Amino acid sequence: MSARVGVVVFPGTNCELDVQFAVDQLGGRAELLWHGDATTKGVDAVVVPGGFAHGDYLRTGAIARFSPVMGAVAAHARTGGPTIGICNGFQVLCEAQLLPGALQKNSGSKFLCQTVELRVETVSTALTSLARVGDVLRIPINHFEGNYVCDERTLAELRAEERVVLRYVQNPNGSLDDIAGICNAEGNIVGLMPHPERASDPLLGSSDGLVLLKSLLAAATSRATILV
Amino acid sequence: MFDAHVEVTHLPGIADPAGATVERALPALGYTNVAQVHIGKTIRLSVEAPDAESARRQVQEMCERLLANPVIEAYEVVIS
Repeated sequence: MSARVGVVVFPGTNCELDVQFAVDQLGGRAELLWHGDATTKGVDAVVVPGGFAHGDYLRTGAIARFSPVMGAVAAHARTGGPTIGICNGFQVLCEAQLLPGALQKNSGSKFLCQTVELRVETVSTALTSLARVGDVLRIPINHFEGNYVCDERTLAELRAEERVVLRYVQNPNGSLDDIAGICNAEGNIVGLMPHPERASDPLLGSSDGLVLLKSLLAAATSRATILV
Repeated sequence: MFDAHVEVTHLPGIADPAGATVERALPALGYTNVAQVHIGKTIRLSVEAPDAESARRQVQEMCERLLANPVIEAYEVVIS
Protein backbone atom coordinates (compact mmCIF):
# COMPACT_ATOMS: atom_id res chain seq x y z
CA MET A 1 0.00 0.00 0.00
CA SER A 2 1.23 3.51 -0.79
CA ALA A 3 2.39 5.76 1.98
CA ARG A 4 -0.17 8.44 2.83
CA VAL A 5 1.16 11.97 2.94
CA GLY A 6 -1.04 14.72 4.34
CA VAL A 7 -0.51 18.17 2.82
CA VAL A 8 -1.80 20.96 5.04
CA VAL A 9 -3.81 23.72 3.40
CA PHE A 10 -4.32 27.06 5.16
CA PRO A 11 -6.13 29.98 3.56
CA GLY A 12 -3.32 31.46 1.45
CA THR A 13 -1.30 28.26 1.00
CA ASN A 14 -0.37 27.95 -2.68
CA CYS A 15 2.09 25.07 -3.10
CA GLU A 16 -0.15 22.21 -1.96
CA LEU A 17 -0.97 20.94 -5.46
CA ASP A 18 2.71 20.93 -6.50
CA VAL A 19 3.58 18.84 -3.45
CA GLN A 20 0.59 16.56 -4.05
CA PHE A 21 1.60 16.07 -7.70
CA ALA A 22 5.23 15.29 -6.83
CA VAL A 23 4.24 12.84 -4.08
CA ASP A 24 1.73 11.08 -6.33
CA GLN A 25 4.30 10.86 -9.17
CA LEU A 26 6.58 8.97 -6.79
CA GLY A 27 3.87 6.47 -5.94
CA GLY A 28 2.77 7.99 -2.65
CA ARG A 29 -0.78 9.02 -1.87
CA ALA A 30 -1.08 12.70 -1.06
CA GLU A 31 -4.19 13.98 0.72
CA LEU A 32 -5.00 17.61 1.37
CA LEU A 33 -5.66 18.43 5.03
CA TRP A 34 -7.82 21.55 5.52
CA HIS A 35 -6.52 23.73 8.34
CA GLY A 36 -9.93 24.01 9.98
CA ASP A 37 -10.21 20.26 10.63
CA ALA A 38 -8.47 19.25 13.83
CA THR A 39 -7.09 15.99 12.44
CA THR A 40 -4.31 14.61 10.27
CA LYS A 41 -6.65 11.74 9.27
CA GLY A 42 -4.08 9.13 10.26
CA VAL A 43 -1.62 9.96 7.47
CA ASP A 44 1.92 8.56 7.69
CA ALA A 45 3.67 11.88 7.01
CA VAL A 46 2.69 15.55 7.01
CA VAL A 47 3.94 18.30 4.72
CA VAL A 48 3.25 21.94 5.55
CA PRO A 49 3.75 23.47 2.10
CA GLY A 50 4.66 26.94 0.94
CA GLY A 51 2.46 29.97 0.39
CA PHE A 52 1.15 32.77 2.56
CA ALA A 53 -0.81 31.06 5.33
CA HIS A 54 -3.47 33.42 6.67
CA GLY A 55 -1.98 36.12 4.46
CA ASP A 56 1.20 36.09 6.58
CA TYR A 57 -0.58 38.74 8.68
CA LEU A 58 1.25 39.84 11.81
CA ARG A 59 4.27 37.61 10.96
CA THR A 60 4.83 34.71 8.61
CA GLY A 61 3.32 31.61 10.19
CA ALA A 62 2.12 33.44 13.31
CA ILE A 63 -1.61 32.92 12.82
CA ALA A 64 -1.32 29.52 11.12
CA ARG A 65 0.08 28.14 14.32
CA PHE A 66 -3.36 28.50 15.94
CA SER A 67 -5.30 26.75 13.16
CA PRO A 68 -7.22 23.70 14.45
CA VAL A 69 -5.14 21.29 12.34
CA MET A 70 -1.91 22.33 14.06
CA GLY A 71 -2.70 20.50 17.31
CA ALA A 72 -2.98 17.29 15.32
CA VAL A 73 0.17 18.10 13.33
CA ALA A 74 2.07 18.66 16.59
CA ALA A 75 0.76 15.37 18.02
CA HIS A 76 1.82 13.55 14.83
CA ALA A 77 5.26 15.21 14.93
CA ARG A 78 5.85 14.64 18.66
CA THR A 79 5.15 10.92 18.29
CA GLY A 80 7.85 10.60 15.65
CA GLY A 81 5.69 11.17 12.57
CA PRO A 82 7.67 12.52 9.59
CA THR A 83 6.80 16.23 9.38
CA ILE A 84 8.23 18.56 6.75
CA GLY A 85 7.79 22.32 6.49
CA ILE A 86 8.69 23.84 3.15
CA CYS A 87 9.24 27.61 2.89
CA ASN A 88 6.15 29.15 4.55
CA GLY A 89 5.70 25.71 6.14
CA PHE A 90 9.16 26.05 7.74
CA GLN A 91 8.09 29.44 9.12
CA VAL A 92 4.89 27.86 10.49
CA LEU A 93 6.83 25.03 12.21
CA CYS A 94 9.14 27.60 13.84
CA GLU A 95 6.20 29.70 15.06
CA ALA A 96 4.59 26.51 16.38
CA GLN A 97 7.83 25.82 18.25
CA LEU A 98 8.22 22.43 16.62
CA LEU A 99 11.57 23.77 15.37
CA PRO A 100 13.77 26.41 17.06
CA GLY A 101 14.60 29.88 15.74
CA ALA A 102 12.82 32.13 13.25
CA LEU A 103 12.99 33.28 9.65
CA GLN A 104 13.62 37.00 9.29
CA LYS A 105 13.64 39.12 6.14
CA ASN A 106 16.37 38.44 3.58
CA SER A 107 19.46 40.49 4.33
CA GLY A 108 19.56 41.96 0.81
CA SER A 109 16.01 43.42 1.18
CA LYS A 110 14.90 41.50 -1.90
CA PHE A 111 12.35 38.81 -2.54
CA LEU A 112 14.41 35.91 -3.96
CA CYS A 113 13.19 33.55 -6.65
CA GLN A 114 16.06 31.53 -8.05
CA THR A 115 17.62 28.10 -8.16
CA VAL A 116 20.33 27.64 -5.55
CA GLU A 117 22.84 24.96 -4.67
CA LEU A 118 22.41 23.17 -1.35
CA ARG A 119 24.83 20.89 0.43
CA VAL A 120 23.40 17.93 2.31
CA GLU A 121 24.85 18.08 5.83
CA THR A 122 23.12 15.19 7.58
CA VAL A 123 21.28 12.14 6.34
CA SER A 124 19.73 11.05 9.66
CA THR A 125 16.46 12.82 8.90
CA ALA A 126 13.09 12.05 7.38
CA LEU A 127 14.00 14.23 4.39
CA THR A 128 17.57 13.19 3.60
CA SER A 129 17.90 9.49 4.45
CA LEU A 130 18.46 8.52 0.80
CA ALA A 131 20.97 11.31 0.10
CA ARG A 132 24.68 11.33 0.96
CA VAL A 133 26.46 13.90 3.10
CA GLY A 134 28.18 16.33 0.76
CA ASP A 135 25.70 15.87 -2.10
CA VAL A 136 25.00 19.19 -3.80
CA LEU A 137 21.38 19.66 -4.88
CA ARG A 138 20.02 22.35 -7.21
CA ILE A 139 16.63 23.42 -5.87
CA PRO A 140 14.67 26.70 -6.20
CA ILE A 141 14.00 29.14 -3.39
CA ASN A 142 11.13 31.62 -3.49
CA HIS A 143 10.90 33.79 -0.41
CA PHE A 144 11.27 37.16 1.30
CA GLU A 145 11.63 35.86 4.86
CA GLY A 146 14.19 33.08 4.54
CA ASN A 147 17.02 34.47 6.62
CA TYR A 148 17.29 31.92 9.42
CA VAL A 149 18.17 33.26 12.86
CA CYS A 150 18.38 31.81 16.37
CA ASP A 151 20.23 32.55 19.60
CA GLU A 152 23.84 31.40 20.09
CA ARG A 153 22.95 28.51 22.37
CA THR A 154 20.46 27.13 19.85
CA LEU A 155 23.01 27.44 17.05
CA ALA A 156 25.63 25.59 19.12
CA GLU A 157 23.06 22.88 19.82
CA LEU A 158 22.09 22.58 16.14
CA ARG A 159 25.75 22.21 15.18
CA ALA A 160 26.69 19.79 17.98
CA GLU A 161 23.70 17.55 17.31
CA GLU A 162 24.18 17.73 13.53
CA ARG A 163 20.75 19.23 13.06
CA VAL A 164 21.66 21.54 10.20
CA VAL A 165 20.20 19.45 7.39
CA LEU A 166 21.00 21.63 4.36
CA ARG A 167 23.36 24.57 3.86
CA TYR A 168 23.47 27.04 0.98
CA VAL A 169 26.67 26.69 -1.04
CA GLN A 170 26.40 30.44 -1.68
CA ASN A 171 24.31 32.14 0.97
CA PRO A 172 21.57 34.08 -0.87
CA ASN A 173 19.66 35.62 2.05
CA GLY A 174 22.00 36.21 4.99
CA SER A 175 20.92 33.05 6.80
CA LEU A 176 22.91 32.33 9.96
CA ASP A 177 25.66 29.76 9.29
CA ASP A 178 24.36 29.38 5.69
CA ILE A 179 21.40 27.39 7.07
CA ALA A 180 18.77 26.37 4.51
CA GLY A 181 17.14 23.64 6.59
CA ILE A 182 17.19 22.23 10.12
CA CYS A 183 15.59 19.36 12.01
CA ASN A 184 14.57 18.44 15.56
CA ALA A 185 16.73 16.18 17.72
CA GLU A 186 15.00 13.04 16.43
CA GLY A 187 15.28 14.05 12.78
CA ASN A 188 11.59 13.45 12.02
CA ILE A 189 10.68 17.16 11.86
CA VAL A 190 12.50 19.06 9.11
CA GLY A 191 12.04 22.63 7.94
CA LEU A 192 13.67 24.06 4.83
CA MET A 193 13.28 27.19 2.72
CA PRO A 194 13.96 25.60 -0.72
CA HIS A 195 11.13 23.87 -2.59
CA PRO A 196 12.00 20.22 -3.43
CA GLU A 197 8.64 19.81 -5.22
CA ARG A 198 9.74 22.45 -7.74
CA ALA A 199 12.79 20.34 -8.59
CA SER A 200 10.98 17.06 -9.09
CA ASP A 201 11.17 16.65 -12.86
CA PRO A 202 13.81 17.45 -15.52
CA LEU A 203 11.13 19.58 -17.23
CA LEU A 204 11.28 21.93 -14.23
CA GLY A 205 14.99 22.46 -14.72
CA SER A 206 16.12 20.09 -11.99
CA SER A 207 15.06 16.81 -10.48
CA ASP A 208 17.41 17.12 -7.51
CA GLY A 209 14.45 17.46 -5.15
CA LEU A 210 13.43 13.88 -5.84
CA VAL A 211 15.96 12.37 -3.43
CA LEU A 212 14.39 14.44 -0.64
CA LEU A 213 10.82 13.53 -1.55
CA LYS A 214 11.77 9.86 -1.92
CA SER A 215 13.38 10.00 1.53
CA LEU A 216 10.14 11.43 2.88
CA LEU A 217 8.13 8.64 1.28
CA ALA A 218 10.55 6.07 2.73
CA ALA A 219 10.06 7.60 6.19
CA ALA A 220 6.29 7.60 5.67
CA THR A 221 6.31 3.97 4.56
CA SER A 222 8.36 2.93 7.56
CA ARG A 223 6.00 4.85 9.85
CA ALA A 224 3.04 3.05 8.24
CA THR A 225 4.72 -0.31 8.87
CA ILE A 226 5.48 0.50 12.50
CA LEU A 227 1.91 1.61 13.20
CA VAL A 228 0.42 -1.50 11.56
CA MET B 1 -11.93 49.20 29.74
CA PHE B 2 -8.28 50.03 29.14
CA ASP B 3 -6.59 51.05 25.93
CA ALA B 4 -3.35 49.29 25.18
CA HIS B 5 -0.72 50.54 22.79
CA VAL B 6 1.79 47.87 21.80
CA GLU B 7 4.92 48.71 19.89
CA VAL B 8 6.75 45.79 18.28
CA THR B 9 10.29 46.43 17.07
CA HIS B 10 13.12 44.30 15.70
CA LEU B 11 15.69 43.15 18.24
CA PRO B 12 19.14 44.67 17.70
CA GLY B 13 20.93 42.85 14.90
CA ILE B 14 17.74 41.66 13.22
CA ALA B 15 17.35 42.75 9.61
CA ASP B 16 15.04 45.72 9.04
CA PRO B 17 15.02 46.12 5.25
CA ALA B 18 12.02 48.49 5.38
CA GLY B 19 13.92 50.83 7.72
CA ALA B 20 17.09 50.56 5.64
CA THR B 21 15.19 51.37 2.45
CA VAL B 22 13.55 54.46 3.95
CA GLU B 23 16.93 55.53 5.30
CA ARG B 24 18.33 55.37 1.79
CA ALA B 25 15.34 57.30 0.37
CA LEU B 26 15.38 60.28 2.76
CA PRO B 27 18.62 61.84 1.42
CA ALA B 28 16.88 62.12 -1.97
CA LEU B 29 14.59 64.71 -0.33
CA GLY B 30 17.55 66.58 1.07
CA TYR B 31 17.53 64.97 4.52
CA THR B 32 21.16 63.95 4.52
CA ASN B 33 21.36 64.15 8.32
CA VAL B 34 19.26 61.04 9.08
CA ALA B 35 20.48 57.73 10.48
CA GLN B 36 19.12 54.76 12.45
CA VAL B 37 15.72 54.53 10.73
CA HIS B 38 13.75 51.63 12.19
CA ILE B 39 10.29 50.50 11.17
CA GLY B 40 8.19 48.48 13.56
CA LYS B 41 4.53 47.74 14.19
CA THR B 42 1.93 49.42 16.33
CA ILE B 43 -0.95 47.37 17.66
CA ARG B 44 -3.78 49.10 19.51
CA LEU B 45 -6.40 47.22 21.45
CA SER B 46 -8.97 47.71 24.19
CA VAL B 47 -9.07 45.23 27.00
CA GLU B 48 -11.66 44.68 29.71
CA ALA B 49 -9.85 44.30 33.03
CA PRO B 50 -10.41 45.13 36.72
CA ASP B 51 -7.36 47.43 36.84
CA ALA B 52 -4.50 48.76 34.75
CA GLU B 53 -1.99 46.28 36.16
CA SER B 54 -4.09 43.31 35.20
CA ALA B 55 -4.67 44.80 31.74
CA ARG B 56 -0.91 45.22 31.32
CA ARG B 57 -0.25 41.63 32.44
CA GLN B 58 -2.76 40.29 29.95
CA VAL B 59 -1.42 42.33 27.05
CA GLN B 60 2.14 41.29 27.89
CA GLU B 61 1.01 37.69 27.80
CA MET B 62 -0.60 38.32 24.39
CA CYS B 63 2.74 39.72 23.22
CA GLU B 64 4.65 36.66 24.44
CA ARG B 65 2.17 34.25 22.87
CA LEU B 66 1.21 35.93 19.61
CA LEU B 67 1.80 39.63 19.02
CA ALA B 68 5.61 39.40 19.00
CA ASN B 69 8.14 36.67 18.31
CA PRO B 70 10.76 36.86 21.07
CA VAL B 71 13.41 35.32 18.80
CA ILE B 72 13.45 38.38 16.54
CA GLU B 73 11.27 41.06 18.15
CA ALA B 74 11.02 43.24 21.24
CA TYR B 75 7.79 44.84 22.46
CA GLU B 76 6.63 47.65 24.69
CA VAL B 77 3.18 47.97 26.21
CA VAL B 78 1.61 51.28 27.26
CA ILE B 79 -1.75 51.12 29.06
CA SER B 80 -4.01 54.17 29.32
